[in-house]
Amino acid sequence: MRRDIFQAIADPTRRAIITLIALQAMTPNAIADNFHTTRQSVSKHLRILTECELVKQEQQGREIYYSLEIEKMKEIDQWLNQFRKIWETRFNQLDDVLSTLKKQKK
Amino acid sequence: MKTDLLFDFTVDKASKTVHIKREFNAELSLVWDAFTKAELIDQWIAPKPMISKTKYQDFKVGGKRFYAMVSPDGNERWALQEYTSITPKTNFKMHNAFADKDENPELPGSEWDHNFIEENGATIVNIIIYNESLERLERILDGFTQGMKMSLSNLETLLATLSKK
Repeated sequence: MRRDIFQAIADPTRRAIITLIALQAMTPNAIADNFHTTRQSVSKHLRILTECELVKQEQQGREIYYSLEIEKMKEIDQWLNQFRKIWETRFNQLDDVLSTLKKQKK
Repeated sequence: MKTDLLFDFTVDKASKTVHIKREFNAELSLVWDAFTKAELIDQWIAPKPMISKTKYQDFKVGGKRFYAMVSPDGNERWALQEYTSITPKTNFKMHNAFADKDENPELPGSEWDHNFIEENGATIVNIIIYNESLERLERILDGFTQGMKMSLSNLETLLATLSKK
């Protein structure tokens, strides 16, 4: 099942996992060591993150390592940036209004 | 003329709060007018190519501004603002909600808190928007940015990323 990227960051544990593996690729056990939760629960989160294509798995010997897809994270940033952009546009327009007002006062 | 004007924009999902901070190269009374007088608000609040059209405004506590954002194809999105608190040239608060063309608001809306401070001839405006839903953010975006088709549940999470910043 293909999931949406925003589902990935909807959960605090998943956000914590993202932060962890942003630094280095990790095995599920190593990731689970960082949480007061079951190994099963971490596996479930990793599965969702993988389905969102936000993390990738890599087999190294007998272990599977999870790492972050940086490009995917950028999608989230871009989405947010649109809102910032709206306000930026508004305020640039307001700068013009203010400068016109200033001239009228003189 | 100062050009590197301060601008902060952050979103906090946990509290559904948007913080916007901007510095303006003008004295406080002008900036206050630009935020509180409909004929001035209409000149900047709609990001081009949208235009803002105020049907009426009564800037007093309990008073309202009823306005539409009009897209280039003539599509009107109405919204109703009700002023809940006004401290002249310092602060004003309002409730903002989308509405139909007959002024029926779609509740709940969001609460907007504006603070104005003058500093060395410039004015800093702090806007805090409470209870901002992702659906509303999306609808604002809609109509001027094409191709954004995220579902509501997806939008819920937008605010999460920035909550750490």
